[in-house]
Amino acid sequence: MIEAKGLTKRYGATVAVDNLSFEVKPGKVTGFLGPNGAGKSTTMRMILGLDTPTSGDVRIDGQHYRDLRQPLTKIGALLDAKWVHPNRSARAHLAWMAASNKLPKSSVDKALEMVGLTSVANKRAGAYSLGMSQRLGIAGALLGDPEILLFDEPVNGLDPEGIVWIRTFMHRLADEGRTVLVSSHLLSEMALTAEELIVIGRGKLIAQSTTTEFVDRASGTTVKVRSPQLDQLQGVLNQQQLVTRIEDVEDQGKVLFVEGDTTTDQIGEAAAAEGIVLHELTLQRGSLEAAFMQMTGDSVQYHAHDEIAAVTDVTAVPPVSGAEVAAGPKEDN
Amino acid sequence: MSVITVERIKLFSTRSPWWCMIVAAVLTIGFAALTTGFLKGADEQRATIFITQPGAQLSQMVMMVMAALAVTTEYRFGTIRTSFQAVPQRTALLLGKTAVVAFLAGVVGLIASFGAWGIGNLFVSGADLSIDTPAEWRLLAGQGLIFALSAVIAVAIGILIRQSAGAIAILILWPLLVENLFNLIPKVGDDMAQWSPFANGSSFLNQGQDFGLAGSQGDYAMGPWLALLYFAGWAAALLTIALISASRRDA
Ligand SMILES: Nc1ncnc2c1ncn2[C@@H]1O[C@H](COP(=O)(O)OP(=O)(O)O)[C@@H](O)[C@H]1O
Ligand SMILES: [Mg+2]
Repeated sequence: MIEAKGLTKRYGATVAVDNLSFEVKPGKVTGFLGPNGAGKSTTMRMILGLDTPTSGDVRIDGQHYRDLRQPLTKIGALLDAKWVHPNRSARAHLAWMAASNKLPKSSVDKALEMVGLTSVANKRAGAYSLGMSQRLGIAGALLGDPEILLFDEPVNGLDPEGIVWIRTFMHRLADEGRTVLVSSHLLSEMALTAEELIVIGRGKLIAQSTTTEFVDRASGTTVKVRSPQLDQLQGVLNQQQLVTRIEDVEDQGKVLFVEGDTTTDQIGEAAAAEGIVLHELTLQRGSLEAAFMQMTGDSVQYHAHDEIAAVTDVTAVPPVSGAEVAAGPKEDN
Repeated sequence: MSVITVERIKLFSTRSPWWCMIVAAVLTIGFAALTTGFLKGADEQRATIFITQPGAQLSQMVMMVMAALAVTTEYRFGTIRTSFQAVPQRTALLLGKTAVVAFLAGVVGLIASFGAWGIGNLFVSGADLSIDTPAEWRLLAGQGLIFALSAVIAVAIGILIRQSAGAIAILILWPLLVENLFNLIPKVGDDMAQWSPFANGSSFLNQGQDFGLAGSQGDYAMGPWLALLYFAGWAAALLTIALISASRRDA
């Protein structure tokens, strides 16, 4: 378990991380979410003992990283795929890492095999594509077969194929029961990979919850109902203090939308009690990115820059994700 | 001693350290060929072991560059972070690096000095170049110590400066220029020059040598072994400051 308490980091006048407290629960994939400049990378560097907190602290299973012996067997990390000597081969890079933690030579071959770099292991790392560098970084993280893994924006800049590969890999790690903390500035990406979320903005904690909870709370839900007795149903629901509106939807005729804090259960039961026939009863979610922007609204630091990043990144995500994320987009509101 | 293995793998898995070592060895040996190869008649009879060693200081510089680069390239490419992530005990890791680099520099120093002496022996037939005084042994074998200690200083500067160009500039300008400029300062200048670290490194090697054709050398602040100790003291002090700084600063 990773536990941060009052973690704070200042660089001169910049407060990169501001009194941040969170827990990364064991055996789950936790998404570390925040717009660019929110302090994700800084937090991860502090977890790994690379940067010293200005105040507060962060521990791994109760220990400071700097006190760990053979840390690679406990926690593996990929913060930046470029942290490799370009003239050193992937095999040599992993070999020195293995030696540093007294890992057997076979661990190098195993890690290379796992990320599919065996055939190019003796080539200089400088000649690798970003996707290959990323895999080498992941091989380094997995070298000591650690129970905890840290990844900083692992899909950034990758082509669709690479993104899918990373996602699949995250799921595999989670299935193996490992603890994974993975950062991203895209909620849509996190919704696909993470079970739990730690959301930060301007270095401050905004939320820590399950992904579903966060998404529900952030985006709000609407229940869509189609029924031949729509007016009667609206009357019943209004009696229950629910906010409703009827709209004409193309190809579907009149549709009833129920806003606010309600469930399909509640509406289904109310309809059944009155003997009202239903043709459709669905829960709809708002767009995740819109919700995320709204939640971190006050905390977004480089707003314009962020929007550009979001746009470019969305085009890099394969189309299937769009459908999965914004499951049934809300009517334009 | 896994940190030694780590740093050995790192150093030998890229090409530039090999080049530095070869260039360093070849420079001293090559210069010996130049200074002894064209000696004729009376000059040849005045040849001494000392005149086989003029390239040593240049070789020492090359090894210092290698030593500094062993650190600064890690900062440049970010591998220092991967390193500290793998071994969070920074002092231990950096001591391992210092040990590996200093050992190699020492070996290269010995190859250079004895290689140069061997070449001199080949070219000079009329003079006695056999190693028979303690001072002569100190000149040749001592080169290993001086190379190793200057590599320690280079590693320390590398850790403090973190950046190749800056570290190399300091390491080249300091012994070649700054220590000599001290002489120009009135009154205290001579003392400053004599108490400079690299001047004492040379003084350890040069005291009591038969300079022969090279003429006489300047004054020394202290005896040869104290001079070595003094030079080693500088290396130890700089390394200590560097290690403290590396432990405290963000990687
Ligand atoms: N080494 C550093 N020196 C100065 N400022 C820094 C440093 N690292 C990060 N920052 C600043 O801290 C803030 C958080 O940065 P970062 O942790 O990289 O955010 P994120 O990873 O969420 O994009 C930014 O304003 C950034 O400019
Ligand atoms: Mg970042």
